[in-house]
Amino acid sequence: MRILGLRHVATLCIVAASVATPTMAETINVSATTPDANEKLQEALILAKPGDVVQLGAGVWNLADGLSLDVPNVTIRGAGAGEGGSILDFSAQQGAGEGLLVTSDDVFLTDFAVLNTKGDGIKSKGADRIVYHKLRVEWTAGPKQTNGAYGIYPVESRDVLIDSVFVRGASDAGIYVGQSRNIVVRESIAQENVAGIEIENSYDADVHDNVATKNTGGILVFDLPSLPMQGGHNVRVFENVVKDNSTPNFAPKGNIVASVPTGTGVLIMANRNVEIFDNIFDQNGTANVMIVGYRYEHKDPQYQPLPKAIVVRDNQHGKAGYAPGFPGGDRMAAAMGGSIPPILWDGSGDAIVTDKVGVLSLNLPDVRTPQTEAKPAPADLSKGTPPAPLPTIKLPAAMEAKVK
Amino acid sequence: MKRLFVALIAVLLGVGGGVAVVPAGVDQAVVESDAMPPKLSAFGLFRGNDPKMPSTGIGYTLRAPLFSDYTDKNRFISIPAGKKAKVGADGVIDFPVGTVLVKSFGWSDVNGGHPVETRLLIRRTAGWVALPYIWDADGKDATLALGGRRVPVSFKSPDGTAHTIRYAVPNKNQCKECHSLGGEIVPIGPKARNLILDPAASDRMRSLYFDTPAALKPVMPQWDDPKSGSVAARARAYLDVNCAHCHNPAGSASNSGLFLRWTDDPAGVNYGIDKRPTAAGRGSGGMDFAIAPGDPDRSFLIYRLESTDPGIAMPEVGRSTVHREGAALLRQWIAEMPKASH
Repeated sequence: MRILGLRHVATLCIVAASVATPTMAETINVSATTPDANEKLQEALILAKPGDVVQLGAGVWNLADGLSLDVPNVTIRGAGAGEGGSILDFSAQQGAGEGLLVTSDDVFLTDFAVLNTKGDGIKSKGADRIVYHKLRVEWTAGPKQTNGAYGIYPVESRDVLIDSVFVRGASDAGIYVGQSRNIVVRESIAQENVAGIEIENSYDADVHDNVATKNTGGILVFDLPSLPMQGGHNVRVFENVVKDNSTPNFAPKGNIVASVPTGTGVLIMANRNVEIFDNIFDQNGTANVMIVGYRYEHKDPQYQPLPKAIVVRDNQHGKAGYAPGFPGGDRMAAAMGGSIPPILWDGSGDAIVTDKVGVLSLNLPDVRTPQTEAKPAPADLSKGTPPAPLPTIKLPAAMEAKVK
Repeated sequence: MKRLFVALIAVLLGVGGGVAVVPAGVDQAVVESDAMPPKLSAFGLFRGNDPKMPSTGIGYTLRAPLFSDYTDKNRFISIPAGKKAKVGADGVIDFPVGTVLVKSFGWSDVNGGHPVETRLLIRRTAGWVALPYIWDADGKDATLALGGRRVPVSFKSPDGTAHTIRYAVPNKNQCKECHSLGGEIVPIGPKARNLILDPAASDRMRSLYFDTPAALKPVMPQWDDPKSGSVAARARAYLDVNCAHCHNPAGSASNSGLFLRWTDDPAGVNYGIDKRPTAAGRGSGGMDFAIAPGDPDRSFLIYRLESTDPGIAMPEVGRSTVHREGAALLRQWIAEMPKASH
């Protein structure tokens, strides 16, 4: 009886809500061949009302200026991300730091491509519950230092879903989630970027069922000092294919990813509670999994530079460690019969590795010790009690409904 | 209904052609409505719609202005009769609903000095609204350009250098990118520490618009006047106005951790000193630090200020040329810093 009563109340609330909400959502069609298409599209993004769909016509849009959206609950939908779809081409871009900037909540981006931006591809900042879906962000000439930094770039957001995207050629990270929480990156392909997928200074992320291939490093989980949000933790990287990440590092020097050795599968730096499991690794010349501390000078007393409570289990390891891309790596490989073990640890912090493959420790527990003092030796990290498994990331149902 | 009416009037005026009929004085009903009139004349901010003739208000300049491709800016504040702006203890000015900050942008050697665009920052009940208007070819009125526009211009900067650029009138969202604090639009320049009211304005006039005009003490030095402050102080004033609107903990660049307000600790890592790039991408130019003390050529803050490449340049919006004089000041400031120990 009581339950029935509650249900009744709930039903009433839903009815009331649907009556109160004006159902005037519109689809605003914008054509790629409109004169002043850049301006018209930007106007449409400004005049859109919450609930509206901005529908991008098929064809190539030659855009000179970055676009931006600041209206909540708007969908930008194209006619496809591949040939014949809606292609936002920024090859002749003259201004703005990215191709598309989203600064409002509950935005859904789907079925279009963003090409050759001078800076980042698509950035969303402070945009909660954003959904990136069936998008292509690409620098079509392939890896070049002059390509933009990030392909898909949500930052300072809560609830982020990146689903079925393709990113190629980013001179930093293809998919980069920064200073955010409650994140899912899935069923996407990151190819020929410096970093394929990067979760940085973020909490609670599931990165699964992706393919990271031909990047410099496949999947990175980082935490950096002197940023408003830090102490990255609770990240699960599982059921991904991380293969042949062999592209020479083409990041501009000075950026943290410029230090990623070519041939890195998954790299964890200065995070806690990271789980790497059920992934398929193959042909990562430096290592399939690398676990390190932040070994640069910094002036942030709050910062925690060590990797802690890292779990590596149940992964499938193909060939690895045959071309270690860090100073002295070639000598180590030669000394160990041609390749180093698939899992590399700098010796700082703590990790549990139960994969049935070798672990090489550089035995540098203090992050202030220079790497030149490395004393590489095999390590057994299979002992100890792993921390309780992390829960699955749950996103609001309305977000999942958008990609159904 | 009112919005429709206003739009209708504007359409009728447009259809009428010839000289637009301009209402006498500022139309506060339009200012305070949620309308985005297609024509600037609808506000009645100018006498005879002449951008050099404000129909009301008080002119102002800034100790350190935001660089916008060497444009001359004509600024004034329109505050509705009977209301006053309050100067807070923190120097932030609280403008009453109905205030319009009007800024016209042009070059003395372009189109006879007639402005290219006029931007309005309007204080409405729900908050500030930014609207960009581009002057029509006949110069008689200006048209709303919500989506922004590129306007080709040729002009000479003060050092005599000739520039030919596609000047970017910002779109409405880009206005907010700079004028944003915690997601809300706010004015950038008019703060007590930076604001210089028209010296010709009488005391009576000042106290007509401000509750305590004496509290308007521009403590920041004049960025380009060595007599007004040290190199470091002028550099900090420059950074405050040209960078800190985004580079503050509630601004568009909050995630960078680089905070450049006048009130920030200029020796701290968050001020850029020995700060490594965060999401700079190509903007790092292969350098390790935003500011490498004593070494401007290894400071990517300088590298970004001196670039016009959209993937590198800072600020990200609002300029298509390099502000050589501003960059020179910052270079000198960094060069004069003692070199770091590392």
